[in-house]
Amino acid sequence: MRFVDEFRDPELGRALAAEIRQTVDPGTHLKLMEVCGGHTHSIYRYGVDDLLPENVELVHGPGCPVCVIPMGRVDDAIAMAHEPGVIFTCFGDMMRVPGSNGTLMEAKAAGADVRMVYSPLDALRIAKSEPGREVVFFAIGFETTAPSTALTLKRAKAEGVENFSCFCNHVTIVPPLRALLDSPDLRLDGFIGPGHVSTVVGARPLEFIPADYGKPVVVSGFEPVDILQSVLMILTQLRDGRCEVENQYSRVVPYEGNLRALEVMAEVFALRPHFEWRGLGFISQSGLRLSDAYADMDAERRFSVPGVRIADPKACQCGEVLKGVIRPWECKVFGTACTPERPIGTCMVSSEGACAAYYNYGRFSREREVV
Amino acid sequence: MEIVDEANRLARVDVAGVQRTVNVGLMDAEGDPIEPGDWVLIHVGFAISKVDEAEAAQTLLMLRGMGQDFETELAELRESLIE
Repeated sequence: MRFVDEFRDPELGRALAAEIRQTVDPGTHLKLMEVCGGHTHSIYRYGVDDLLPENVELVHGPGCPVCVIPMGRVDDAIAMAHEPGVIFTCFGDMMRVPGSNGTLMEAKAAGADVRMVYSPLDALRIAKSEPGREVVFFAIGFETTAPSTALTLKRAKAEGVENFSCFCNHVTIVPPLRALLDSPDLRLDGFIGPGHVSTVVGARPLEFIPADYGKPVVVSGFEPVDILQSVLMILTQLRDGRCEVENQYSRVVPYEGNLRALEVMAEVFALRPHFEWRGLGFISQSGLRLSDAYADMDAERRFSVPGVRIADPKACQCGEVLKGVIRPWECKVFGTACTPERPIGTCMVSSEGACAAYYNYGRFSREREVV
Repeated sequence: MEIVDEANRLARVDVAGVQRTVNVGLMDAEGDPIEPGDWVLIHVGFAISKVDEAEAAQTLLMLRGMGQDFETELAELRESLIE
């Protein structure tokens, strides 16, 4: 397929790997964080890390939308799904995320009407075809997904679909990055910036990373050649003593983002004062709720839910994995009690989760072998 | 790409050989309207960004140029007879 095959070209990959080896200072050990779960998946699917020198380490960041949903919110979702007359709709991955008392999949098995949808528009279609039922859409995701939810809600409002509501769990990328950069646990040398979030917000919101923290950022595409080129661009900045936001993914990401998408988001959503992230705790102004103009479509106002904060299971170390403090296989339950078939933690559920990427591509319990 | 429902901004697009209907309402920013023949990035049923062919071509050209230097260097290395 065009714009895909060219960026999987093994010759280009090898040439980039050689250039990376020439550029990096062999006397340093560099940690680069890929923010986005899509990058993590791609790195392990294509073995990108095996092409990097031993002293360039990729650390996985908090940008997997499924992984960051805390257990309490899953419990709230399950409570809504069990309300009489409700059809509860969500993306496929969310069906398997454990709350404190099971998953939405298990709620479905117990009789709740939980349906998987590909798009929020599918949820709206269900609402229109079942006017006697209440249809709730479990909205998750970063700025990549939030505009799609927003446009769906605008359409529902315009069409007067009264039996449709949204359980909003949309989050924003900048606050968790700032929290990570402020965390004393972690020393990072640069960032592979989130490609798809940046199609919406643009590259400008990432400028605080070089400005306030002195770390280079390269917004990157998702094919192996994209990621290798981004690593090379970060290493070149470090070598040359530069520190700025660069855009490797210029074929898709306009530096200013998608203005129409930002406009729709601003109309439909408002910032929450704080939002809980799995493993990262409460982060100020990091989550979105429906704006006052859309309050009547807010499922949290329409249904009574427990709203209780549930601590992560003790055995699960998703928090450390999400912050890049430990490698997935360093978690005590990785690949034993916690597998993609029976996940304990969210990082094992989504294909964008670091644990699932390691597990599915055979990185069970070993250090990296550099070839 | 072909608009099939103007009011709801739905378009029929070819996704890896399969015809699908997607919403293009997020591509309605002023000054750069979406047109038949454009390549778009699709996420949860919505086009969220246009793929810029010229930018893609430029990135590849730059990378191939770099690859060429590497190939040349390898070829030269093979020719070299250091003793």
